Amino acid sequence: MDFGVIKEYLPLYEKAFLLTIKIGWIGILLSLVLGILVAFILFYRIPVLKLIAGAYIELFRNTPLLVQLFFLYFGLPKIGLSISAEWCGALGLGLLGGSYMAEGFRSGLEAIPVSQTESAYSLGMSKGQMFRKVILPQAFSLSIPAIVANVIFLLKETSVFSAISLMDLMFTAKDLIGLYYNTTECLFLLVLFYILMLLPVSIAGSVVEKKARYRMFGV
Amino acid sequence: MSEIVSVKNLCKRYDELTVLDNISFSVQKGEVVVIVGPSGCGKSTLLRCLNGLEEIQDGRIFLDGEKIETNRNKTNGLCERMGMVFQSYDLFPHKTILQNLTLAPIIVKKRKRKEVEEEALALLERVGLSSKKDSYPRQLSGGQKQRVAIVRALIMHPEVLLLDEITAALDPEMVREVLDVVLNLAREGRTMLIVTHEMQFARAVADRMLFLEGGKIVEEGEPEEFFEHPKTERLRQFLQTFTYIKE
Ligand SMILES: Nc1ncnc2c1ncn2[C@@H]1O[C@H](COP(=O)(O)OP(=O)(O)O)[C@@H](O)[C@H]1O
Ligand SMILES: [Mg+2]
Repeated sequence: MDFGVIKEYLPLYEKAFLLTIKIGWIGILLSLVLGILVAFILFYRIPVLKLIAGAYIELFRNTPLLVQLFFLYFGLPKIGLSISAEWCGALGLGLLGGSYMAEGFRSGLEAIPVSQTESAYSLGMSKGQMFRKVILPQAFSLSIPAIVANVIFLLKETSVFSAISLMDLMFTAKDLIGLYYNTTECLFLLVLFYILMLLPVSIAGSVVEKKARYRMFGV
Repeated sequence: MSEIVSVKNLCKRYDELTVLDNISFSVQKGEVVVIVGPSGCGKSTLLRCLNGLEEIQDGRIFLDGEKIETNRNKTNGLCERMGMVFQSYDLFPHKTILQNLTLAPIIVKKRKRKEVEEEALALLERVGLSSKKDSYPRQLSGGQKQRVAIVRALIMHPEVLLLDEITAALDPEMVREVLDVVLNLAREGRTMLIVTHEMQFARAVADRMLFLEGGKIVEEGEPEEFFEHPKTERLRQFLQTFTYIKE
């Protein structure tokens, strides 16, 4: 391995790394909001919306992210909606992630006894207060393992962004290999940066998971 | 004495099953009414109807002369003037004891945090649990959790307290500490509607007893009469299930 080459490529990878993280986290944020919303709709069986929510989940869980990105990137302009590649990436990730997060939240919601809702009502809380202060925080704690797994999964899925010409890590590696054939160095940097991106999430995730579980269940 | 709760011709059905069949009764201010009856006779359902947790099919419930809306979507703020304590405590597991107590006064009644915390601490002191203010519910015994649940209802300043078998899930040695709290509340003149299977306690705390069976109030009366000279055969049989006589 040629460390001179590695040093030379490092800034390019750094740039790609930051871009991947930026789009990745915007997408993840979107997926959380969307996931909570969809889980709420499904859990409370809100008429009409629940059908749309169900269809959404099936559609996005059963198609590859790559196909979804193509659809957003090449399809939307055909109907007069064109958005930047970066927003396409974030939106695609958010839509895919939302369908997974929704399932995670829903199982969290289902694990909370009905009596929690009733004691909240009994104390005079409105539906909104009950959901925000009593149900959501508990559902969130219960869903943390699922959320962490989904976050890691989504960050890894960013590797298909290169297909819509986003200069992410994968794109950078492929590009450099194609140009200069320094395969070993390029792949080494690729692995390194993915680990750099995911390891902290993984560690922080298990810490948060332990804390939330301990607070509620003492184990 | 003035009437605070008034139930008129209350009917509650689950599909085909009639649980409460045209029930009428009232509770005076400061009165402690204890409801007993066999399991499944609708005691919990009755309290839940009063607390607006169930839709009713017929009849009306009044609190201090105002009709209670039992439909959750158009609740008119009357239900929270009655506090309810459940058999399974149902404290909020993600909040500390102090937060469990202060949550509703702050968000529902818009009271100041500082003032609510002071009141919460004073109430915890009274039930002997000030040292637990920063603990989480899971760190408390059943009896302690139930005392917190009572305080959580009290801090909303309810005009009526509804207690549904609050010692039924407790180990025997913890029953006393909870019932003592309730006895004290009765002495202070709190209006309470209590469902219990603890007959000794019922007798000690009640101003009036109701016997519910088959969805109807079969008998009611002062505790002395009720326990010593039941008028109906059904109540006599029911009370007998609580005494152990060697044949
Ligand atoms: N949500 C429900 N759906 C259908 N039946 C119910 C429901 N809740 C209670 N019941 C029935 O109503 C009856 C009265 O229940 P409950 O009020 O809990 O009795 P108690 O508290 O006196 O033991 C029981 O027969 C019970 O099976
Ligand atoms: Mg019951």
